[in-house]
Order: sequence, then C-alpha cells, then structure tokens
Amino acid sequence: MAEVAHAPEPQAEAPAAMTVSDEVAIDISGMNKWYGEFHVLKNIDLTINKGERIVVCGPSGSGKSTLIRCVNALEKFQKGSITVDGIPLTSDIKKIDEIRRDVGMVFQHFNLFPHLTILENCTLAPIWVKKMPKKEAEEVAMKYLTRVKIPEQAAKYPGQLSGGQQQRVAIARALCMNPNVMLFDEPTTALDPEMIKEVLDVMVDLAQTGMTMICVTHEMGFARQVANRVVFMDQGQIVEQNAPEPFFTNPQHERTKLFLSQILAH
Amino acid sequence: MAATNAHNVAFVADTQYPDAPPPASEVGVLGWLKENLFSSWGNAALTVLSIAFLAYILPGFIDWAVMKSVWNASSLAECREIIAARHGEGATGACWAVVNERFNQLMYGFYPDELRWRPNIAFLLLVAALAPVLFQTMRPLAYAMAGLLGLQIIAFAYKTYTGAEYAIINPTLIATIAIGVAALVFQHQRGKWFYLTFAYPVIAYFILWGGVFLEPVETSKFGGFLLTMVIGVTGIAASLPIGILLALGRASNLPILKIICTTFIEFIRGVPLITLLFVASTLLNYFMPPGTNFDIVARVLIMVTLFASAYMAEVIRGGLAALPKGQYEAADTLGLTYWQGMRLIILPQALKISIPGIVNTFIGLFKDTTLVVVIGLLDPLGLTNPIRSDSAWNGIIWELYGFIALMFFIFCWGMSRYSQHLEVRLRAGDRR
Ligand SMILES: Nc1ncnc2c1ncn2[C@@H]1O[C@H](COP(=O)(O)OP(=O)(O)O)[C@@H](O)[C@H]1O
Ligand SMILES: [Mg+2]
Repeated sequence: MAEVAHAPEPQAEAPAAMTVSDEVAIDISGMNKWYGEFHVLKNIDLTINKGERIVVCGPSGSGKSTLIRCVNALEKFQKGSITVDGIPLTSDIKKIDEIRRDVGMVFQHFNLFPHLTILENCTLAPIWVKKMPKKEAEEVAMKYLTRVKIPEQAAKYPGQLSGGQQQRVAIARALCMNPNVMLFDEPTTALDPEMIKEVLDVMVDLAQTGMTMICVTHEMGFARQVANRVVFMDQGQIVEQNAPEPFFTNPQHERTKLFLSQILAH
Repeated sequence: MAATNAHNVAFVADTQYPDAPPPASEVGVLGWLKENLFSSWGNAALTVLSIAFLAYILPGFIDWAVMKSVWNASSLAECREIIAARHGEGATGACWAVVNERFNQLMYGFYPDELRWRPNIAFLLLVAALAPVLFQTMRPLAYAMAGLLGLQIIAFAYKTYTGAEYAIINPTLIATIAIGVAALVFQHQRGKWFYLTFAYPVIAYFILWGGVFLEPVETSKFGGFLLTMVIGVTGIAASLPIGILLALGRASNLPILKIICTTFIEFIRGVPLITLLFVASTLLNYFMPPGTNFDIVARVLIMVTLFASAYMAEVIRGGLAALPKGQYEAADTLGLTYWQGMRLIILPQALKISIPGIVNTFIGLFKDTTLVVVIGLLDPLGLTNPIRSDSAWNGIIWELYGFIALMFFIFCWGMSRYSQHLEVRLRAGDRR
C-alpha cells in the first residue's frame, strides 16, 4: 500500500465543511458516447451532490477521461443528458460557456500557457471572461497562488517550474475563476514521485473547503482520505460505486477485485 | 601529500583549488580561430580554400568597382573615355554614372519631379509606423532618422560639390528631423505610436495618390523602388491578417468555411503569380461594367496580396498544428470564447513558431514584385529596358543590375536579420 504514504494520515473526523449538501451539482443520466463506431461510454448514470468528492478509477482506456471531459463539453455525447448546476448541457454555445465558467479542470499534463507568466496564467480568464479589473484579478490570483504555496513564483514562466509546481499553478488558475465544481484528470500521473504529495496536499486542502470534486486518480490513499464515493469504471461502464471503506475492504464485482489487487500489489 | 595518490586511496579534500584562467589557446582571437576556422583538417582546408578564393576574386573586383570606377558622366562612351584617360587604354572600370544619372528614375519612376518629397515622406512615415511593431522603445527610430539625415547631408554636399542645384531646406529634411525629435521625446510611449501604424495605410494612400488638397498623381506615373515598396509593403501588411483568417478558417470545425478556405488556398497556390497578374491586367476588364477604370496598381495589389495570403495561411496552419491540443482545451475550459482563445493563447504561440516561414514568405513576396514587368509596370527591373535602350547607356549591364540587386539584398537581408533577432528575443521570455 505504497500510495497511502503520499497523503497525510486520515483524520479521525471529517471537517465540518466536508459535509455533503442534498442539492444536485451534476446529474448524468443515460449518457452514451461513441467515437465513430466505438461505444466508449455506455449508459452512464451518476448524480453528484454539492460538496461531494468523487474518485473515479479503472483500467486505462475504460473511459474515465472521456466521462469527465463530457461534463465540461470538451467532448460531445450522443445520447442521454448531463445537467451541471441546473444548466442542461446542449450544443448551445452560450450554455456551454456558462457551464465552463462554473467548472474548473486540471489536466494530466498541466496545460499551462508557456508564453505567459504564472501570474498572467492565473489572471487571464478572470480578466477576459469575468471582465474583472486587472488589479483585482491579480489580488485574487495571489490569494490562490498563496493557497497552493507558490506565491513567490508569480513572475516566472511555466517552463522554469518543476512539474509539481506547474500542477499547483494549474489548480490555482482554475480556482481563480471561482468554480463550483473541479474536475481532475489524473493530476499526479505525469509527476515524479517526490512531487505527488505536494499536489495531493493541495487537493486535500481544497476538498476540506467543501469544493465539489471529481477526480480521476489511482492514488488510493487520497481516495480513502477525502472521497465520499469511489466510482469504478471498466469498458465504458460504471461497474461499481461505493463509499471508500467498503469499496476497498469489500469489493463486490470480480473486475473490481482484480483491478484493486493489481494496483495495490506493488 | 593530498592529491598525489588520490586516485586509489580513501580521500578527503583538504585544499580548495583557486579558479584559474583557461589555457591561452582556448580564449581570445586564437581560441576563436581554432574553434571556428581550424577545428578539424577538413575545416582547415575549407578555410584555406575560401581565403584563396577571396584573394583571387576581391582585388580584381575592388579595382573594377572602386579604384577605376566613374561616378560622373553622361553616357557609357564618356565613361570609357574617362577610364582610358585616367588608367590607360584597355583598362576597365565600373560606370556607376548610370546609377547616378538615373537615380531618381530608379527610385520614383515617373513620379513628377516637384512632388518627389511626397514618396520621401511616405517612406519616412513608413519607418516611423514600423518602429513600434519592430522595437520595444522608439530609440531605434531616432537612430534611423539620424542616419537618414546624415545621408541627406552627404547628398547635399556631393551635389553642391559637383555644382548641381540642391535646396538643403526641403520637406523631406524637415520631416526627417521632426520624426527624429518626436522619436526622442516620446521614446517610451510606444503604445501611442501604434496609432500611426494603424493610420498609416490611409495616410500613405493620401500622400502618394493625392487628393483633397494634395495634387492627385496617376499610378501610371508610379515606378522604380517606389512601386516595389508600394506593392511589397501592402502585400506584406495585408497578407498576414488575411493569411491568419484563412488558416483559422481551414482549421475550423465549420464544414462550409473550411471548404471555402481550403479551396481558395489550394487554387491560389496552384496558379503562378504571373497568371494572376495577367488576369489583373486584362481579364478583369471583361468582368467589370464597361467604362469603369479600376486602377491597375490597385488590381496588382489585390492579386499580390491574395497570392501571398495563401502561402501565409499554410505557414500559419503549420504553426497552429504544432501547438499541443492541451493548449486549445485549457483555453476552452477557462471559458474563453473562440476569438479570445485564438488571440490570447493560440496565435501568439503559433505565430512565434511560424516566424521563419512568415519572413520567408515576406521575402519571397518582396522579390516577386519584380514580376509586374510582364504587365508593363515599370519597377526597377522594368526600368532597365528603357535605360539600356537609351543610346547614351546602350551596352551597360553589370552596374545597373548590380545596383538593383544590392537594393533588394539590403531589404531582404534586413528582414532576415530582424526575424533572427526577434526569435532570440521571444525565446528569452519563454523557456519551456
Ligand atoms: N479522440 C478519440 N477518438 C477515438 N477513440 C478515442 C479518442 N479518445 C479516446 N478514445 C478511446 O476511448 C477509450 C477511452 O479513452 P479514455 O477516456 O481516455 O480512457 P481512460 O482515461 O480511462 O484511460 C480508449 O479506448 C481510447 O482509445
Ligand atoms: Mg485518461
């Protein structure tokens, strides 16, 4: 169980902010997606309440990335429906922009803008999308850069930062838009081992503020500590979902058992 | 006893060696020679060969182009007489007198004598309009104006020396000084200078073509390097934005737009520029209502711009394709609109990648302006024919073409050097 070491010790009791509201943040029902003939997502039903932290795991190619990319319309789906904060996701570009302003996303490869400084990376969207005055945007950016513990790097360019620092900037950049939901697509997979913890710490911290989060990750220590539900996907389907404790100690489906034995073996 | 047997025993350093200078053969002139000219036997052989070649070619060339050259004469025959008188029968020297005598024609074509200050000022304003695009402060513009002022003073001194009439106080001189002073005074207000850049096309059109209170000049009078500059600068300035739009259209998800842009690009690239120029000069008349008189230079400008835009679009498409998909996705997820994403994220990076290709297209376009001779416009190359068929200069070849080649070389090489400078500057700000 090497992964557990990355995350801080599980707290005895979840902080007050980590309670889940009964308002629905994201509702996915009967969603299907095809890449040409290839049926990548099959009848996905998933409802996520405000304040929930969902960890999505599953073998490579099972459709995890595709699923969360559908939530902010980076990918189109062909059947079913997705509703984010009450806004139904259609091909209407206005609705899509509205949802994207509300949903932050963090990628496996950071995707920072290399031609802009760290501060500019963070202020760009608030200034242009939210029409925030530059000065205010910079204050907000510094607040979040401080929260991810790299305010001193603000004037540098992404290429001058380590992978872990870049990923923390990417999180700060998304937070600057003050989103209600955060999506993480394998945020630590591209990092060197010694940098995984600094990013997970930031994510744990974020979870404790009550942010609604969907994380695709194989960091099981993180899942145990902050997730209130773990979703296991295989071959485009949700195969099993459960609270972390029963999910890890008592998996039901054969494929879940196989998957867990593989990732926990080393 | 510290370092002597450090190779094979357990060892802890007890001294700190001071920094020593590198061996003399590695630094300074010697080091440079060794590294650049004699780094290997092959390299050394090449160096020796090159020096031998220069030694063989240069003395003769300098003798012809400088030592035995003639600057003042009214015909080739007179040139030859002067050379024979000075250096003896059979001596050969360059007859630069042809450039001297026809200088104004090579520069302005048949633009009226008394109005030539207008192209001059248009050129000075062009330099001023380019400065904020090319540089971070306006200081280089002040230097450029100082240089141009120097040239005018030299010209004045030379004319006075040879006894020609030349008014030192003229509109060109005043404009040079005014722009130079403005550049010094407002050198840090680079943003304000962009107003001039954006207004320049209108200003230049007004100055060159005339109208309102300036006497109109027909474009049939445009010629020489004035014509080259008009076509080259318009083509360069217009082909970049049009090329960007075409490239974005070709990369777009909208099928109709994509088909239109792709068809346009492929069609224009598939046709020689000469064909387009012929279309501009003859065929276009058939499609226009009889009696309309659409300026021939304007038609050429449109064709040259369309031609360069198609190439530009492909260069920029290469830059767009070279960007990782994640950049587009990051822009999308932050909620930027398509145009915001393009302007703030995608194009700055894609254009930077494309600089070598863009400048290559600019240089190609600048040289392609000489093709307008085929439809009877008198650019510098077009002017060589009337000059060479003039009985006074019949038989002159090297001096005339050499001068034109030199002028083109200065502009093209300048663009190339600037693009290299720009690449270095942009790289400094962005280390991946
Ligand atoms: N743009 C695409 N076109 C076709 N197939 C794709 C595309 N993107 C992903 N796929 C396929 O869809 C499946 C799911 O991919 P993905 O969601 O990235 O899986 P995961 O993130 O779980 O590893 C994979 O089999 C992958 O090959
Ligand atoms: Mg994935």
